[in-house]
Amino acid sequence: MASNAAVPFWRAAGMTYITYSNICANLVRNCLKEPYKTEALSRERVHFSISKWTDGKPEKPTIRSDSPAE
Amino acid sequence: MLRQASRLLARRSILAARARPFSTDLSAADQTADATFTEAWNKVIPNIDPPKTPLSFMKPRPPTPSSIPSKLTVNFVLPYASALATKEVDMVIVPATTGQMGVLPGHVATIAELKPGVLSVHEGNEVTKYFVSSGFVFIHANSFADIIAVEAVPLDQLDANLVQKGLAEFTSKLSSATTDLEKAEAQIGIDVHSALNSALTG
Repeated sequence: MASNAAVPFWRAAGMTYITYSNICANLVRNCLKEPYKTEALSRERVHFSISKWTDGKPEKPTIRSDSPAE
Repeated sequence: MLRQASRLLARRSILAARARPFSTDLSAADQTADATFTEAWNKVIPNIDPPKTPLSFMKPRPPTPSSIPSKLTVNFVLPYASALATKEVDMVIVPATTGQMGVLPGHVATIAELKPGVLSVHEGNEVTKYFVSSGFVFIHANSFADIIAVEAVPLDQLDANLVQKGLAEFTSKLSSATTDLEKAEAQIGIDVHSALNSALTG
């Protein structure tokens, strides 16, 4: 693989395409007019529960509701 | 074990008769879709109907016609909705990384990465414009175009003030950025906001 091929600036900085694409999408969503903006941000919220494991056992899980910008 | 079952089934003609009703509507689709699989199945298990494979559920892509078709068929999809589904249009102009690319029926097969910009769909006299955040366009030889984008909004849903604020914010972030990653993020912000700006003003 030619390491001196013209890579996009974000890949040269260590970012993957998915990260780049998600950042672009978030920026566009933040520039929407009001009713559309809240719809879009609520559509993209994720809810998940995380539990850390120590000594082969899971600790108490925490539930998080993150919006995409975080 | 299954071989035994088919032998047992063959002896009971009642069960064999009951297995028949669905074989007529299955076999036609399966023959075109997965002929080798159904032949192999029928050799081993003649009495049970072959299962439907994914091929029989998918519509095959229309073959490339010998003369250029008059319309371009566009599938424009987003992760949460399909904005256009096999819509026949005259032309689409996509914002590829190499510049605005016009796609007409009969376009050479191409895969293009999209940059943040305006996608316009031309059908007769009407033009519908969307701002696309990023994505890909796959143009097939049979004048089908699949445009996939992460986020696409009609231009009138964009707020010009927020765009200006974002542009100013990211320009200042670029000058104060230290690591490569921060600089890249600030540069992306500038690119996206200036594309939004020219979409709204242009």
